Amino acid sequence: MTPSLHLWLIPVLPLVGAAINGFFGRRLTRQAVGAVALTFCGAAFAMVLYVAVRFASLGLPHTEFLAHWIRSGDFFVNFEFYLDQLTLVMLLVVTGVGFLIHIYSVGYMSEEGGFYRFFSYLNLFMFFMLTLVLAGNYLQMFIGWEGVGLASYLLIGFWFTKDSAASAGKKAFIVNRIGDFGFLIALFLMIKHFGSLDFGQVFAAASHLSVETVGFGLLTSIGLLLMVGAAGKSAQVPLYVWLPDAMEGPTPVSALIHAATMVTAGVYMVARSHVIFDHAPNALTVVAIVGTLTALFAATIGVAQTDIKKVLAYSTISQLGYMFMACGVAAYSAGIFHLMTHAFFKGLLFLAAGSVIHAVGGEQDMRKMGGLRQFVPVTYLTMGIATLAIAGIPPFAGFFSKDEILFRAYQANPVYWVIGLFTAFLTSFYMFRLLFMTFYGDYRGAADGHDDPHGHANHGHGSPHESPTIMLVPLMILALLSLGGGWIGIGGRFERFLGPVFASGDLSERAAEASHVLEHSLMAMSVATAGLGWYVAWLLYVKRPLLPQRIADSLGGFYEAVVHKYYIDELYATLFVKPLVEGSTSILWHGVDQGVIDAAVNDTAHGATHVSEAARHMQSGNLRSYAGWIAAGGAAVIAYMIWMGVR
Amino acid sequence: MVPVSYYLILSGVLFACGVIGFLIKRNIITIFMSIELMLNGVNLAFVAFAAQWQHLSGQVFVFFVMVVAAAETAVGLAIIIAVYRTRETLNVDQVNLLKL
Repeated sequence: MTPSLHLWLIPVLPLVGAAINGFFGRRLTRQAVGAVALTFCGAAFAMVLYVAVRFASLGLPHTEFLAHWIRSGDFFVNFEFYLDQLTLVMLLVVTGVGFLIHIYSVGYMSEEGGFYRFFSYLNLFMFFMLTLVLAGNYLQMFIGWEGVGLASYLLIGFWFTKDSAASAGKKAFIVNRIGDFGFLIALFLMIKHFGSLDFGQVFAAASHLSVETVGFGLLTSIGLLLMVGAAGKSAQVPLYVWLPDAMEGPTPVSALIHAATMVTAGVYMVARSHVIFDHAPNALTVVAIVGTLTALFAATIGVAQTDIKKVLAYSTISQLGYMFMACGVAAYSAGIFHLMTHAFFKGLLFLAAGSVIHAVGGEQDMRKMGGLRQFVPVTYLTMGIATLAIAGIPPFAGFFSKDEILFRAYQANPVYWVIGLFTAFLTSFYMFRLLFMTFYGDYRGAADGHDDPHGHANHGHGSPHESPTIMLVPLMILALLSLGGGWIGIGGRFERFLGPVFASGDLSERAAEASHVLEHSLMAMSVATAGLGWYVAWLLYVKRPLLPQRIADSLGGFYEAVVHKYYIDELYATLFVKPLVEGSTSILWHGVDQGVIDAAVNDTAHGATHVSEAARHMQSGNLRSYAGWIAAGGAAVIAYMIWMGVR
Repeated sequence: MVPVSYYLILSGVLFACGVIGFLIKRNIITIFMSIELMLNGVNLAFVAFAAQWQHLSGQVFVFFVMVVAAAETAVGLAIIIAVYRTRETLNVDQVNLLKL
């Protein structure tokens, strides 16, 4: 019996912070609100560190029972916390990166209205995310899953007076519902066939079933439905459309929710359910294909974006595609490894982008930046490190994780590898493009303050200026992590750490079999690709800045399509949204609601009115007409009785 | 011996005259008289049956009805006089202050 670690404290601490700020934040000073948010988030982080220290002495997986929840016949669900190596990695990433972003937010949001609301939501998000990660069964995971969706909705629409922000929030919520629909049905299938949602019982039941190599069996269905849910939450093709719009939220939100943590929930869920996927190779193939396509597709869109946050958003989608590709070739630990390094460097990229936006007074268009290197040296340096990391230049963090994924993809199917490699080139290209457009050349923005979409309005901008220390410290810490975070994966240490979770047999053996020559040549190729992307970006955006426009012109229609994100939003609008809206309007609203339901109610009332109108004339107030009715009634009774008597 | 049905027919005719008078006349006095006519139509039926069945209760009922009718006449005529004094009319259609 291992001692209780009070795991329930980890999610509940941020919830307390959220409650304090949510209920009393209006009356507190900004310092107090920030202190509450940081204290409770930091306490959760400290709890996780404590758990990490005690980790070696635990019997794994370590579960802690909190309370009964649902008991219905043989089926029961408990509030239960589940701790193993995978959970620990996720906990460290979520609370660690989350805490840094909380610190950053105190500086970034210092001049915004709704300060307490922001931190209340942010802490609420931490609560749900930690619930998701620590859940001991699928239903509890689903609570967290929905809760982070709610927090995401609230934070995307944080500037709710702005129409685009409000509708972006709704879009994120609705698109996520589509994914959640799949997730829910997967849960129903589990209840029906396994009689439980508990991780241990479901996986035990699933591992006793035979591997479904052909056909479309139970596990394949569950796997595919889970993947639908993951595609919604983690912004994979075809449900990725909400993530770029989600950039309407404050930048720390983009960093925390839409880059580092929430969007990786899908990857976590697939990795957590690896027993199911291992027994359903067809579902796994779908995961790999979706991931690969997403990686490529989003990267190509990212190349042509001019909004600094949109580039990062598409980059996030693309990197999430990598993670799914890894999961799809059953290299779960590589996927989780990339999840972790991605949380570092993408969190850093967003925070640095926020610092840039802050520096230029709310401008997000990279065409109006440039030459910021001299104004914001710390931001430049940290963003440069993050760019090197995401591009996969050794020895930065992204190199190790991406290389691991590409290597595994090559072993599974070289096609994945080719696409992945090309995506790596695109990644390197658009990230260096972002870096060069933002920090090199001459400053192209207006020097004085201007209209600002994010309410920095009275900021009093002269020339761009560096952010305050409270924002720079998280940048520096994340830069260190982006630099060295990948080293823990050297020599397969990270994979061995996660080994007990994913121990499903042949994977590590297969990795060991592969020759080192192959591994090293693949590594060299991916580094060369990243370098090539760097070089091309340098050539186009530093050396010959007029060239990109000429290339864009010569590509014509294709370039237009890419700039307009392949018209996917328009396509969805035509295919789904418009028919839905019109069908709802003409059939459901005008037809069913107004024509049947309202009509039934109204016509009943009108009918009663008409009948009463007719009957009202009987009650004239004229005594003699009453007497007449009485006489007529009496005559009718007598006539009836006579008739009865005669008969 | 006159058959009881004759009395009943006469009683019905009297009652019907009363009803019709009550319904079509506008003068309160006439209406009052029509009511008396209906009561007497009923009284006739009572005594006819009392004679038919050699039973006293029918005749006792008639006395009750006559007593009530006398009382009613006294009260009713008093009301009619009061109405006439205030409204200066005996037309029921014009005695309509309680109507909406």
